[in-house]
Amino acid sequence: MKKVEAIIRKSKFSSVKKALHDVGVNFFSYWDVTGLGNEKEGHVYRGVAYSTSDIQRRFLSIVVNDDFLDVTINAILESGATGDVGDGKIFVSDIAQAYRIRTGEKGGETLN
Amino acid sequence: MELTTNNVWMMICTALVFFMHTGFAFLEIGLTRKKNAINILFKNIFIITSGLLLYGIVGFNLMYPGFAEGALGVFGFAGFGLEAPLVNGALDMAYNEGYTYWTDFLFQGMFAATAATIVSGAVAERMKIGSFMIFTVIYVGFVYPILGSWKWGGGFLDQLDTPFYDFAGSTLVHSVGGWAALVAVILLGARIGKIKDGKVQAIPGHNIPLATAGVLILWLGWFGFNGGSVLSADPELTSLTLVTTCIAAAAGGVFAAIASTVVFKNLDLTMFLNGILGGLVGITAGADQMSPTDAVWIGAIAGLLIVTAVSLIDRLRLDDPVGAIAVHLVCGIWGTLAVGIFGALASTEQLVSQLVGVSAYALACILSSIIIIGGLKLTLGIRVSEKEEIQGLDIHEHGMSAYSE
Repeated sequence: MKKVEAIIRKSKFSSVKKALHDVGVNFFSYWDVTGLGNEKEGHVYRGVAYSTSDIQRRFLSIVVNDDFLDVTINAILESGATGDVGDGKIFVSDIAQAYRIRTGEKGGETLN
Repeated sequence: MELTTNNVWMMICTALVFFMHTGFAFLEIGLTRKKNAINILFKNIFIITSGLLLYGIVGFNLMYPGFAEGALGVFGFAGFGLEAPLVNGALDMAYNEGYTYWTDFLFQGMFAATAATIVSGAVAERMKIGSFMIFTVIYVGFVYPILGSWKWGGGFLDQLDTPFYDFAGSTLVHSVGGWAALVAVILLGARIGKIKDGKVQAIPGHNIPLATAGVLILWLGWFGFNGGSVLSADPELTSLTLVTTCIAAAAGGVFAAIASTVVFKNLDLTMFLNGILGGLVGITAGADQMSPTDAVWIGAIAGLLIVTAVSLIDRLRLDDPVGAIAVHLVCGIWGTLAVGIFGALASTEQLVSQLVGVSAYALACILSSIIIIGGLKLTLGIRVSEKEEIQGLDIHEHGMSAYSE
C-alpha cells in the first residue's frame, strides 16, 4: 500500500477529483493549507505595494493499493497542471498497515 | 399639523444618524486586523452611550446656551440636565416650528458622538482604551459642544457680517473630529510594522466586505445627517439636500476610484469607499445651497483629495488605518471652503468667512487636543505596550477575542 499526498491549486480541485473518480479512486481526505513557495503574489493596498508569499492550496491524502499507484499519480499529473509555477507537488510513501474500524479487517481489502 | 409632519421627519433623521454608528463600527473593524475588533467595537459603543449621557447632562446646554444680546459668543452654559419648556404644564409647542424640544436634544445628541468616533478609527490598534475613554468624555462632553456653540448655538461665527456657514457640520462635526485625529496620530506614532527600513508598509484590513457594508450604511445615515439639518420637513430643501448629498457621494467615489487606478494601477475598493465618504463630508457644509452640478464638482474634488491625502499622510509617516484624516479633516475643510466657491452663497466675502471659521476651529481643536491627548501621554500614557500591540488589544485590554471557535 502507498500513500499519495498531493498539494494542488484550489482551482484545480474539481478536475482532480473527477479524474480520480474516473480511474476508480473513490476515497480520500483533503484539507486547505497555507504554504510558502516560489510563487509571489503582488498586491496594492491603499497605494502601498506589497507581496505575500503565503500561498493557499488544497492538500489531498490518498491511500491506494500498489497496483493503483501509477494511475492515481497520472490522474493527478494530468488534471492538476496549468503549466505555470505553483501547480504543486506529489509525495509518495509506504503504508505499513490499514484497518477498517467498523469490522476490524486489515490489509489492502480495506481500501476498496 | 405642520409641526407633526416636521417632527416626524426629524425623528426619522435622528434614527438615521444613530444608525451611522453601525456604519462607523463596520468600516473601522473592516479596515483593521482581527485581533483588535473587540477593542474597536468597545470604543464605538462607549462613544455612543457616554456621548448621549454627557450631551444630556452638559453638552446640549453648552452648545445651545442662548447667548445674550451683545455677548462675545464664545462660551455659554444654560445649566445642567434637560428641562423641557412648558406652557400650562404641557410641552411648549412654540419651541420651534420644525421640532419639539425632545427631538432637538436627541437629534443633536446623535451628532455629538460622531466627532469622537472619527478619532477612534485613526488611533485604532495601538491606543490604550482607558486614555481613549477619558479623551472621549472630555472631547464629546465639553470641547465639541462649546465649539459647536460658536456657530450653531448663535455664537460669534454666526454673528459675522457675512456669517460663517456650515449647514450640517463639515467643520463643526467632521473637522472637529479630524483635527483631534491628526493630533492623536502624531502623538501616538505609527503601528508596529507600518514603517520598515524607512518605507511605508501595507497593513491590509481583515474584512473588506464589512467595511463596504459600513460605508453604504454611512451613506444611508447621511440622508438623516444632512436631510435632518434642514431642521424641518420643508419639501423643497429636504429633497434638494438629499439629491446634492447623494450626487456628491457618487462623484467622490467615482473620482477617487479613477485617481487611484491611474496612480496606483489597481482598482482599490478601499479608496473607492473612502472617496464616497469624502464626497459626503465635502457636501455637508453646503448641501442645501448647491445645485446638482455644484455637488458633482464638490464630490469630484473631494474624491481626488482623498487619494492625494491618503498618500501624503503615508509619506509623512503618519499612520491612519482607516483614512479618517483624509476623509473627515481634509474633505471637511474642502467642503467648508466650497460654500464660498460654489452654490447660492458663493462670494469673496463668504469665502473669507469660511476661512475665518476653518482657522478658528483649527486653532481651537489643535490646542484642546494637544492639551488632552498630550496630557494623557505625560500621565497615564496613550500607547499600549509592544507585546500588547503585537498580540492584539482584544486579548490584553479586554480579555476576549472577537472570533472565538
